[in-house]
Amino acid sequence: MQAPKWLNIERRPIPSGRTIFAVSILAIVAALIVMGIFFATYGVSPIRAYGSIIGGALGNWSGFSETLRRMIPLLLCGVGLTIAFRALFWNIGADGQLLLGAVAATGIALFSGLPGPLLLPAMFFGGFAAGALWGVIPAVLKVKLGINDVITTLMMNYIALYVVLWLIHGPWRGPSMRGYAYTDMFPLSARIPTIGQSHVHWPTLVLGIVLAIIAYIFVNRTRSGFETRVVGENPHAARFAGISTLKTVVIAMLISGGLAGIAGVGEVAGVHYQLLDPTQISMGYGFTAIIVAWLARKNPLAVIVTSFFFGVLMAGGDVIKVNLGLPYELINVFNGVIMFFLIGSEVFMNYKISIRRH
Amino acid sequence: MIELRGIVKRFPGVVASNGVNLTVHKGEIHCLLGENGAGKTTLMRILYGLYQPDEGEILLNGKPIRISSPRAALSYHIGMVHQHFRLVPTLSVAENMVLGLDEGTGPFLNYRQTYKKISQIAEKYGLIVDPRARVWQLTVGQQQRVEILKALYRAADVLIMDEPTSVLTPQEVGQLFSTLRTLVDDGLTIIFITHKLDEVMEISDRVTVLRKGKAIATVNTPETNKAQLAELMVGREVVFRMEKNEVKRGERMLVVDNLHALNDRGLPALRGTSFDLYEGEILGVAGVSGNGQRELVEVLTGLRHATRGRVTLEGKEMTNRSAREIVDMGVAHVPMERKTMGTVPNMTIRENLILKSYRQRPFSHGMFLDNKAAEENARRLMNEYQIMAPSIDTTVKVLSGGNIQRVVLAREFSGDPRLIIAAHPTYGLDVGATEQVREILLAQRDRGAGVLLISEDLEEVMTMSDRIMVIFSGEVMGIVDAEGAKIEEIGLMMAGERKQGVESASTEVA
Repeated sequence: MQAPKWLNIERRPIPSGRTIFAVSILAIVAALIVMGIFFATYGVSPIRAYGSIIGGALGNWSGFSETLRRMIPLLLCGVGLTIAFRALFWNIGADGQLLLGAVAATGIALFSGLPGPLLLPAMFFGGFAAGALWGVIPAVLKVKLGINDVITTLMMNYIALYVVLWLIHGPWRGPSMRGYAYTDMFPLSARIPTIGQSHVHWPTLVLGIVLAIIAYIFVNRTRSGFETRVVGENPHAARFAGISTLKTVVIAMLISGGLAGIAGVGEVAGVHYQLLDPTQISMGYGFTAIIVAWLARKNPLAVIVTSFFFGVLMAGGDVIKVNLGLPYELINVFNGVIMFFLIGSEVFMNYKISIRRH
Repeated sequence: MIELRGIVKRFPGVVASNGVNLTVHKGEIHCLLGENGAGKTTLMRILYGLYQPDEGEILLNGKPIRISSPRAALSYHIGMVHQHFRLVPTLSVAENMVLGLDEGTGPFLNYRQTYKKISQIAEKYGLIVDPRARVWQLTVGQQQRVEILKALYRAADVLIMDEPTSVLTPQEVGQLFSTLRTLVDDGLTIIFITHKLDEVMEISDRVTVLRKGKAIATVNTPETNKAQLAELMVGREVVFRMEKNEVKRGERMLVVDNLHALNDRGLPALRGTSFDLYEGEILGVAGVSGNGQRELVEVLTGLRHATRGRVTLEGKEMTNRSAREIVDMGVAHVPMERKTMGTVPNMTIRENLILKSYRQRPFSHGMFLDNKAAEENARRLMNEYQIMAPSIDTTVKVLSGGNIQRVVLAREFSGDPRLIIAAHPTYGLDVGATEQVREILLAQRDRGAGVLLISEDLEEVMTMSDRIMVIFSGEVMGIVDAEGAKIEEIGLMMAGERKQGVESASTEVA
């Protein structure tokens, strides 16, 4: 590729924290401008559209609670993904891991027969374990057999999706649901408390924030976190230093899959109180979380902020649908545009680009 | 004629070029000589349009020009052959040639025309390669020829060569030099970056010495000598001979017995290698590269499986232990690939210095790392090993080769290892760093460590070692005392001739 004569392009040896922050903000601004064009083609002024998104998602409690509700699964999946990405494992399967967590939680809620007070803790553990298992399978396949992680994690989403469909159409179809493809409702003791009448299952939110802090400590302060970073940055050096790639990647994916599994528990036990159609459980949280983790530059603490931002966008999607008559899918377009600009913006982090004056 | 005037280039924390003036005449071979980090490559990247200078100007035949990109450089007929080649391995030689050029008709390539043009240039300069061959099938020497051809194909008449000999065998170096002479006879100009004095003396017409981002002097090669150049380069007298203490040989520590191993392609690489190593000595391993040195190092450090044979360290079984167990047994390893294996370039000096000890006290308590201890460790080692960097939290990526090697040595030797396996420890380092690395190794030997020194630099093996072992085709041809060793004798063994009394291990087994 040839740069025009009026441009200077040179490599930056190490981008500073400030550069990374500034470039990320610029990427989002650029995405907002491009999305403005989409809004304009629908005959809606971009300023009105953004005003309505922000007002709708943050301006009142019902909108804000929707924002927090969307933030919860994005936070959990996103924090997990930062760990997987640190180990250079491309986990595109958080959505499937989330669904498996939902399945495990449902199984425990409806069929375990555990006494009430033990139900929720058991569901969280079960959800973590199921998501972790779903995440560890591609980890082992990659390290042991060299099978591409992007493909296995992506395809396992579909397996998870059909497992859920099979369960709600087959063995777990609720006898009290008059033939609809749902399970029965969870007993009250298997429901996560919410704030008032909203869908904000706050214990999961608190858990997510605590886990983000723990993940940050894990990455920066623990032996395993150190090993994760070494494996991700330079697998040869890891081998040289006697670090087991298998063990490290498996731990990273236990965490990544497990946190996505917990997100699944939150959705069925905090929002729906039953297992239902996979597209209603997840709404693509596992995929949006990739952008969340990427925007956070793989820093688990920053995920608290970026997951909130995407929570606003998702809640805003409902608002523009209702208030402005725009399709909700515009928000998915928005996600794509942001990812596009984020990846594109890495050029600006690694290269210094300036305009030449004669 | 090319003139660089007052070139200044700053990077965060370092001034890579600090007001450099350089004049290169048409038709000459001009060497740029300097230690690693002296600013040779930076300067040439500016000339090739990869970097923009912060200050200064470039003149071509007296006219100021602006080189905004490699393409612009090529429009001024300036080409560059990088130290690490810029070829696409899965494409053919011809495809690499035309990559990025607007040739052919519309979207199609005219292969016949390309092949013809390549063979014309190739024949003229003796740069024979098959234009249909895929680049990955070529040897390193051939790939370098492709890089030169690529520049010539783009009508370069000034050729910048960045440390071209560092990847070549001695035979290939000879070929390269004769090619360069042909090119110069044909009117081309060559700028040759190196830090090897022998090469400067052999190939150049003039030489400019760079030190710490400044051009110290430009001299005509016939009017100078190695000692003078070395002094200009490091700014002080260089001691070429090593001051060595008398060897204090202790107990036998490492016993390697009839070791067999396969290489990456599954072919036998070690075929019954046997030797002993004693405390307090340096055993140098000489041999033409590719005779099992790499595999020997990897088996001894737990990175490769031995198919047969036995290794013991101070009586303890070491055969086919994991890399981690061997690290914990007190074996230090200075690897050949210091950037791709010895360090994690994107992590900090502090983190790289605990790469092997992070799981031990004081650097970790239970599952947690102790950053304070790592910091203290980094401060102490940076000081002790004279690692030049702005701070302990500088990423290793931005350090010069010598400083990266100091990081590796500091880490490997800080736990007072029993056994040290050093593979090409001074490869690619400048004179000052080389000297320091050698002194450090000798200090370890005097402390009582056993040192296995693998090097392709025969002079290094001969000056450093107490005993010299020569391997050929995965077998030991003989071990001689370094004191009084004759280079002819070692040369013969390197060529596959056994020392008298040494029997073939492989026939014994058969």
